[in-house]
This record gives sequence, C-alpha cells and structure tokens, in this order.
Amino acid sequence: MKEGFWREMGLSDDEYELIKEILQREPNEVELGMFGVMWSEHCSYKNSKNVLKQFPTTGPQVLQGPGENAGVVDIGDGQAVAFKLESHNHPSAIEPYQGAATGVGGIVRDIFTMGARPIASLNSLRFGSLKSKKTRYLFKGVVAGIAGYGNCMGIPTVAGEVYFHPSYEENCLVNAMCVGFMKHEDLAKGLATGPGNPVFLAGARTGRDGIHGATFASEEISEATEERRPTVQAGDPFMEKLLLEACLEVLKTGYVLGMQDLGAAGLTSSSCEMASRAGTGIEMDVAKVPCREEGMTPYEILLSESQERMLFVVQKGKEEEVRAIFEKWDLEVTIVGQVTADGLMTIKEGAEIVAQIPAQALTELCPRYDRETQEPEYLAQAQGYDLGALPEMEDYGKVLLTLLGTPTIASKEWVFNQFDYQGGTNTVVPPGSDAAVLRVKGYNKGIALTVDGNSRYVYLDPYRGGQIAVAEAARNLVCAGAQPLALTDCLNFGNPEKPEIFWQFKEAVAGMSEACRQLETPVVGGNVSFYNETKGEAIYPTPVVGMVGLVEDLAQVTTLGFKQEEDLIILLGQNKDELGASTYLSVIHGLEAGKSPEIDLELEKQVQQATLELIKMGLALSAHDCSEGGLAVALAECCLAGKMGAEIALTENIRPSSILFGESQSRIIISIHKSKIDTVLQHLKKLQVPSKVLGSVGGEVLSIAGSGWKVKVELAEMEEKYWRAIPCLMKG
Amino acid sequence: MKFGIVVFPGSHGQTDCHYVFEQILQEPVTYLWHAEEDLQGVDCVIIPGGYAYGNYLRAGAIARFAPLMEQVIAFGKKGGLILGICNGFQILTEAGLLPGALIRNPSLRFQCQNTYLRVEQTETPFTNLCEQKEVVKMPIAHEEGGFVTDKETLERLEKEGRVILRYCNEQGEVTPESNPNGSLHNIAGIVNEQGNILGMMPHPERCVEAILGGEDGKKIFNSLVAWWQGGAGR
Repeated sequence: MKEGFWREMGLSDDEYELIKEILQREPNEVELGMFGVMWSEHCSYKNSKNVLKQFPTTGPQVLQGPGENAGVVDIGDGQAVAFKLESHNHPSAIEPYQGAATGVGGIVRDIFTMGARPIASLNSLRFGSLKSKKTRYLFKGVVAGIAGYGNCMGIPTVAGEVYFHPSYEENCLVNAMCVGFMKHEDLAKGLATGPGNPVFLAGARTGRDGIHGATFASEEISEATEERRPTVQAGDPFMEKLLLEACLEVLKTGYVLGMQDLGAAGLTSSSCEMASRAGTGIEMDVAKVPCREEGMTPYEILLSESQERMLFVVQKGKEEEVRAIFEKWDLEVTIVGQVTADGLMTIKEGAEIVAQIPAQALTELCPRYDRETQEPEYLAQAQGYDLGALPEMEDYGKVLLTLLGTPTIASKEWVFNQFDYQGGTNTVVPPGSDAAVLRVKGYNKGIALTVDGNSRYVYLDPYRGGQIAVAEAARNLVCAGAQPLALTDCLNFGNPEKPEIFWQFKEAVAGMSEACRQLETPVVGGNVSFYNETKGEAIYPTPVVGMVGLVEDLAQVTTLGFKQEEDLIILLGQNKDELGASTYLSVIHGLEAGKSPEIDLELEKQVQQATLELIKMGLALSAHDCSEGGLAVALAECCLAGKMGAEIALTENIRPSSILFGESQSRIIISIHKSKIDTVLQHLKKLQVPSKVLGSVGGEVLSIAGSGWKVKVELAEMEEKYWRAIPCLMKG
Repeated sequence: MKFGIVVFPGSHGQTDCHYVFEQILQEPVTYLWHAEEDLQGVDCVIIPGGYAYGNYLRAGAIARFAPLMEQVIAFGKKGGLILGICNGFQILTEAGLLPGALIRNPSLRFQCQNTYLRVEQTETPFTNLCEQKEVVKMPIAHEEGGFVTDKETLERLEKEGRVILRYCNEQGEVTPESNPNGSLHNIAGIVNEQGNILGMMPHPERCVEAILGGEDGKKIFNSLVAWWQGGAGR
C-alpha cells in the first residue's frame, strides 16, 4: 500500500495498523475504501458511541430502539409509528437544493425500510443571517429542495423550525425527520438471514455520484470541500415514490427477510450492516450491479451513494414473485449476491474476488474514542456577564415589534406554504402551531409531532441546553393535547477532536439523557453530525430533538391561538428574573451572554401534566409554551393566531425587560372560559402547580401592564411585522 | 354511482379520493391502473393529484400517453363524467380534453394554502348543489397552476359559461390579490364544451371533514352523485 494512502480515506495510522491486524495482511485499495467509509464518524459513530450510551432507550412504548433504520413506538390498537431525524448538513451547504432533497429522500427510505408508510415529514433548519445574499441563496434552495422532494412523494411536510444565527453562515444545518405509520406485524428489519438466500438490489442504477460522501461528512468545510460539489448526489423523487410503493407491496408478501436502504457508504454499508446484524456474511458480484455509467470499478460501485436504491434478502424460491412486483412498478431489480454462513463480505467482480472482509470488522471493530474534554474559555466570561448593568429600554412596545419581526421568531409561512402539508388528508393541526397533529383514519386518536432545539442555550450551558431541548419538545406536544412518547435526535456539533467541542457534546448529551429519564421519553434513534465547522470556526452546538406524542381523543387537539373574547388567560409555571441567553439580548443588545435559563425537571413535569389534564377536562381552550422571546412574544403569538387582542397585568416585582422577554422555562400559557376559573384554579392548587391569572382575551390590542410601566401594541402592527418579515427579506 | 380513480406511477391523490368516496360518500369506488385498458364500467372517472411520471418533461405530458388514457379520452368524448384535480387538470389539458395549459406560479414556488372560490355556474354535474356565486373555501397545492390560453379560447370559455370556479376573496370579489397563481381571469376550474369534464386546481378531496378545516369539497362530490341520481344515471 502506498505510504499514507489510508489517510486520504480518512483513516489514521493507528486505524490502518488495526486493519492490517484484523485482516492479517495489507488491505487492497477496495478494502481500504470500504474501511474508510465504514470507519468514518458518519457510519461508525466512533467518537460518539460511548457518550450516546447514556441515553435511556427503553420503555413500554418502545417497539424498536436505536440500531435499526428507525425507532418504532406503540400508539395502541396494534398500531405503531416509525420515526427518525437525520442531518444532511454538508451536502446542503455545498448544493442546497439537491443536498436538502436527498436528505429528505434518505430519511424517507429509512422509514419505509421498516415496513411503515411515511405519513409526515418535519425539518429543522439553521442558517446565517438573512441579510446575507449567501444565506438567502442557501435558505431558498434548501426549502425548495425539501418541497421538491417531499411534495413529489406525496408525503406532507407538517412541521419544522428555522433559526437564523451567524454561527451557521457557512455551515447551514438541514435536519430532516420522517414519520411512518404501520401495524405491529408489519415491522421489518435490516437482517441478512438464511445462508443461500438471494440478495436483491432494486431501484435506481448506480452511478459515480456521492462517492465518499460519508467521509466528506466527517470533515470540516473548506475551500477544498467546495470543490467536491460533484460528489453531492442528485435526487429523483419519482423513482423513490415507485420504490416506496414496490417495497411496501413486496414486504406484505412475507417473502422478504430483511431490507435496508442504500444511504451513506452505499452498497458497502447496507450489505455489511445487514450481514453483521444477522451474524452472517454476504457474497456479492459487483459486475451484476446495474450501472449508470460504463467502466465503473468495484471501488466506485461499492462506495457510490447514488440515491433511491434498496437492498433486500428474499426467501429462496420466491425470486419471481418478488421480481414481478418491482417490474409492475417499472423498477429494475437484480440479484447481486447471496447470504453466506461465513460472516465474510466477499466482493467479486465476475469470478475474481476483489475484497474479502469480515462483516463485523466493518461495523463493530472500529475503534471507539473517548475524546479529551475541556470547558471552552468563552464560557466563564459569557456566563459571568453583568446583565444587571444593562439599561432598561424606553419603549417596550417597539422592542416587542422588533422581536416579532426577527426571522427566528417571525412567521415561517413563507417556508411551510411551499410544503404540501395537507396531502394524505390527516393533517388536523398544520404547520405554525407548537406541534402538528395528524389523525389516524378510522380512529378517534392522533399523533402529535414536533422538532425543537435552541442552540444558544446549549452554547451558554450545554448541560442545561440539552435538558431544555428535550423538555421544550415535550412541552410543545403537551400544548397540542398529546402525551409525549419518545424522541429521535440529531446532534450537530463541531470537530469532536477539539476538547472544547467534545465537552459541549458530552455535557449536552448528559443533559438530554437526564431530561429523557425524568420526562419518560426514551431515545429510539438518531444521528450525530460532527465537523460542522468552517475555517476552524464551529457552529453553535445544536442538538435537535424530534418528538412524537399520542393524542388519545381528537376532541382534545389544542392550538395556540386565543379562541374567544373574555376568555381568561392563565400562566402555568413561574416568571423569573432571567434574561440570560435570551433572543432579546441577542437581537436588542447584540449579546450572546448570561446563563441559560434554569430548568427544574420536576416542575417541568408538573406543568406539563397539569396542562394536559386541563386540556383533557376540556378546560384549556388554547395552550402555548413560552420560548424564544419570552412571555411577551408568547402572548403576542396567541393573539396573532387567534386574531384577537388581550389585556394582561403582571404583578411580580421583576424589571420589565426580564419579565417580558426573559426565557424562563416550564411556562405554558392557557386560556379558559371565564365561567371555569374556579374549577381551573382549584385543580391547579390540588396539583400544586404554580399558576396565576394573567388577564383576559379581547379587543384589537395587546396590552401588558406592570408596576409603573405599560406596553401597548396594536394587533395590526404585530401582524405586519410577524407575517411580513421573511417575505420582505427574501425579496431583498 | 361507481367512481374510478386513475392511478399513474407517481400519482398520490388517489388514496385521499378513495377515502372520500368510500368513507364519506359511501359510494362504490375502484382504482384504474394506468397500464390497463378497461374502465371497469365506472360512471365517473377521477384523475387525482400528484406527480404522474414525476411530472418530468412537463406536468401531465407523459401521463397522457398511458394506455388507460385512450379509454379515458373515448369515455369523455362520449359524454362520460370526468373530474381532474390539480395534476389531473394538467393531464386533461395535455390530453386535449380541456383547452389551455397550466404554467408555473409567478412566485416560482410551490404554494400550499387555502383559497376562496366563487362558483360561476351551477347548472353543471359538478356544482349543481351550490348556490349561484356561492363562495367556497378549498386548498390549493401546486407549483404549476396558472391557467393560460389564447385570447379567442378565453373569450369562448367566458361566453359559453365554461368557467366554473374562480379565485376570489372571502367576500366573493374576484381581485388580483385573491389570485394565487396568475391564472387568466382568476380561473380555477373549467369544463369542456359538452360540460361533462371538469378540470380544477383546488383540492375538493382535502376539505370534506370539519376536522380538516372545512367541508366545502363535499359540494363537488355530492353534486356529482345528485346529477347522476337526477337523470344521468337512469
């Protein structure tokens, strides 16, 4: 082997030595390429696996935890949902439309591979400032790419979130989530069982696109990676739609023993992961793989990341039945190999063996690293910033309007109107609320879906930020009237080889794990995306949580908008003097400082349970959680969604900036009919949940009065800011 | 009344339509596979929304060549009832059953939103249960929904009363602001000369239950059934 060639494959000298030891010889170029992709961070989780072990992953609701293509949870009546969140950051930063489109395509395949029919998509996006031309280009391309792929597939994109922050200027984040519906008995797995059974490859032909995509995703973005634009794959949603229908149809026959899509590391990963899980081997002839281009080498065929392909193992003797289904859908399907008992990945080109590696060497023997950790230097200074010295503003009405017009807070209608969010006719709560709700046809129940993650909290306190990410996702579901069930995560961080980054990662995962345990929402799947850095600058640490909840009775579906004049507005939870890590500080004072808001998970749980109870009792007519922009923005959002004003009186002795815009956790705003006030307050007292009446719904103005100050903003002014901000910026 | 829903590779509105006929209207319904050449004796053909053949080349351009389409065209020419929704409307124009074409929205973006429609004609198989000038609310979800045609055809469509649905505001006023996709004369739906084929961009099948935000779509489907029971089916 040419000296140092392995480094081009992203392997370290030590890893290369280990490979020689495993094989008891030098690997050839093809084998080295296979190790290169399988031992990349993207496929092996070598830097993160030890940390991820902290996540609770079990619970009575969990039918399939991490390790498969997607997690699966029980929703009763013999039904289940499969879901997973995954990043496609690097490809999207290079080629926004195709990068985002194939991100959707990849996660959709993960879902139907499990035997579930995809019923909803979500996404979590992060960009730089919309004032920059580059950001507008990326934002526009990414949204169009998600729309282009998802709409064509007929899968409604029902919820999502978008944050704009300078740390994502060069390295945008595109996290896509897909949710599928199935009956328990439909659950399929990625297992290559039964030596002698044929291995089929179906769908698109294999081309030279995306070779080493997984390796590329495991390094920082630089000018050199810009040149790798051609390695970003192009998506064909029509092909994927055919593949989806054919795969679900073929799974119903019972002749398919295991199925896995070809994602990162293509044919290599799908085949060796299926073999490794089943403890078998696979013998495959690359000459049988239908190629898009002539003269492709075994190396290229094995590492290609061409989209819309599926690998599966069929019961011997049922080849023709399976073939007929794919042909009905006008899809190419080929037997490329067979399952073997020897545990080896034997790759042939015709009669010649071009690579032979134990399957588990590729999937299990990659070294795991416990990276060094160190608290970053910025932290003590940022946390210690004297927020008390900040002056109070003169006109808080103006501040509120500014915040409502800040792209991170403003309406994302410009985004979600590009998504076909009603297809499938299940969308009861469309995008724009705390969580989306889909009904289950034929039943009086539904599922609630949300995706959430505030990276400023994590940047200023990764442990707390991790806790909040989970708590807030659960809070969103509760506000929609759902019981949170489980979550999937996408952990977007910088270069884990830097101790400061790895410290952020470790702390955030620890915080998330703690919240998962307390709120009884296990992690059933997810994805880690490291190396989100440009020219040595990391993004803000961004763990994103995608959560699924169950709405037991569709009559309980609740939204954020105030419902009728004279309803009373109640706050569950406590207002505190906490301005740290707020959007207010960032937008108004240009400060990313202070301590992230405190979170008491016991209180969080109480507030959530109380809200859900009041919803179930039919008492809470609207519910909305306080998040970015604090109490004032949350109240404004309730007014905007309900198209009516409110009159609020605050009695706490907290300075106006903090009480209006501080982002204290575990707060939910509900509105109730005025006749029910005694029942509600008594119930809250019984549950020992801190709460107070804030005021009442009505009029065309939102007015908030404190001791000695008052904020008054016309609904029409708020509407102008909130609805127009993003369309205006996108015209510029 | 038996409904048949055409399924092309890439169609996806078929299941939504099927649900409406089976569960909401409780009328017999069957799928019609693109590669077959038999309409199975249905009384009304529905061409649903979606991306038939990926809408590659041009929306509807490939679908019109499917074997089943010959039967659909013959059925329509004989006076059979056909409803094309969204992509179905695009396919009907490509197949020559309806005039004009649907071009890209001026926003150059896919648009999913609710629209208000004014019912311009009520003496049709598709709108006979509506009031004259009634305003109904239905969602659109398309990237290529701008109805265009030459001047003469447009004049004929108007003169012959073949514009059935027009985008309007909540008050029923046909304004430029209420036109979501740049359609000429705010046209949302038209019929052929004989009046038995309707193409519309909005999705009636997506608004047949209060829980999904509205029931106005039912008026279209119920009109079809009423028309059938009132004479056409006898």
